[in-house]
Amino acid sequence: MRHWLLTYDLGTRLALYAPLVMLVFVLWLFLTHLTDPPSRKWTWKALLGIAVGMFLVQPYFALSWSPPEKYMGDVYRILYMHVPQLIMAMLALTINFGCSVAYLFKKSWATDSLAEATAEVGLYLGAVGITLGSLWAKPTWNTWWTWDPRLISAAVMMVIYAGYLTLRRFVEDPEKRATWSAVMGIIAGVDIPVLYFSVKWWRSIHQVQSNPSTVDDRMVVVLRWSYVAFAALTIVLIYQRFLAAQATRNREVALPEALPPDEGLPKAAGQGALP
Amino acid sequence: MARIAWIVLVLLAAGTSLLERAGILAFSGLGTVQAVLVALAVLAMLADAAANFSEVRRFGRTIRMVIQKDLQIEWRTRARLNGLVFFALATLLMFSFALGPDTAILRRNAGGYLWLGILFASVLSLGESFRIETENQCLDGLRLAPVDARAIFLGKALGNTFMLWILAIVITPVTIALYDVSVKEGVLKLFGVLLLGCFGISAPGTIYGAIASNARARDVLLPLLLFPVLIPSLLASVKATGLILEGDPMGQLGSWLGLLGAFNLLYWGLGFALFPRVIEDD
Repeated sequence: MRHWLLTYDLGTRLALYAPLVMLVFVLWLFLTHLTDPPSRKWTWKALLGIAVGMFLVQPYFALSWSPPEKYMGDVYRILYMHVPQLIMAMLALTINFGCSVAYLFKKSWATDSLAEATAEVGLYLGAVGITLGSLWAKPTWNTWWTWDPRLISAAVMMVIYAGYLTLRRFVEDPEKRATWSAVMGIIAGVDIPVLYFSVKWWRSIHQVQSNPSTVDDRMVVVLRWSYVAFAALTIVLIYQRFLAAQATRNREVALPEALPPDEGLPKAAGQGALP
Repeated sequence: MARIAWIVLVLLAAGTSLLERAGILAFSGLGTVQAVLVALAVLAMLADAAANFSEVRRFGRTIRMVIQKDLQIEWRTRARLNGLVFFALATLLMFSFALGPDTAILRRNAGGYLWLGILFASVLSLGESFRIETENQCLDGLRLAPVDARAIFLGKALGNTFMLWILAIVITPVTIALYDVSVKEGVLKLFGVLLLGCFGISAPGTIYGAIASNARARDVLLPLLLFPVLIPSLLASVKATGLILEGDPMGQLGSWLGLLGAFNLLYWGLGFALFPRVIEDD
């Protein structure tokens, strides 16, 4: 093993840090967006541009530049989508858990809206991630689905959060909905650590988390790149969904108890003039 | 002060045993540390109970009265339990019709069918348990009473557990007859596992029953919310019941009971802490 300064892929070694620089840039843009309202005209477009731009170059890195895997060949390349997607789903649902706890301590429409946004985005990312994993499992395990702790806990998580979103649709009173979905978000949050640690706790067929020292540097670069791309996308999606949820909350709360009577129509019996 | 102490001690003991089971935490003397933690927790609990004796007695009386109320309502008509038993029996029959007359398959999966029968009946039971509260605004009456809402949770959940356990005990002989199984590990063990499994169903079931009873389309909502969170404890109950029916030569029963107990503790703790927020009205 030669010293890393002497290896031919010095560029790769340096490229390891490029995604981290991008991540810092994404987070800085988002913080600027939140804290400096006048900058919102361009920060938002820049964030969206970074997310889209990173996804435009990601296929080249993932499909061509990174080397094939020792045992799986090219099939493994789906992990560049599958892993970041499910990690982002778990992050989003962890934020949902945090928002649920925070709401029960202090009522606020913002935490409730953020909980709704994170649950939806987490469910979307998780469902797509599981589908991709299933596509990978067919050539690798020779089955689309198998009864394994990791797979069961992932499926359970999806069903629980589908139920969570159903509950939100079925309760009209915004305050009751917020409290009940916070309670449910806490109960549902139990599954997130179970999902993450299932490969370590039980003998699972699913791979355990690898670390950068055991895989090719180019794989690390591409995986990190994909992480940051998905992080940018997740921020964009959650934030947009949060704004939409806030607008819905404002409309619900502002709704008067009864609509005012229309002008020019005959009044119903017993309906006096409004003050 | 004593209360904070025992809560922290119990959490520490539970957390260390969980980490030990997960293989993360391991050092010699861990068992001694845990025993000391549990002993200190019991001491602190006793101190807490002695310091707040009237409060504790009031809490216990509330639990007892809620259970008594539910059982009395049930005893006057006996409609719920009758309905549940026949529903569960019909479900068990359906399984044997749906799967054909292959006795080997039926015998091997008898534990699973028994638990599915209990699970389907539990949705009816839990829904009914909160339907009687929405009638004549009974829940508002309970809420207005100057008692701890957590005691109401424990009362309702223990009442539901009892009802489900009775149901399970009644349909067990039928399961044994229908699927031609023998209880290899003893009936008492089987009833113990059934009780633990019913505990596991009724803690989340009581919270979600309270939520669903006030929402639109409650009959759709309750199973949709409840079934996914029950999967871990149901899995453990089915495996443990299967081992008791089929015999347990490898000694696997303990690990499944551990999983069941862990999820019971988790969901009862969460229900205890969160239920007051579920029934609050603002």
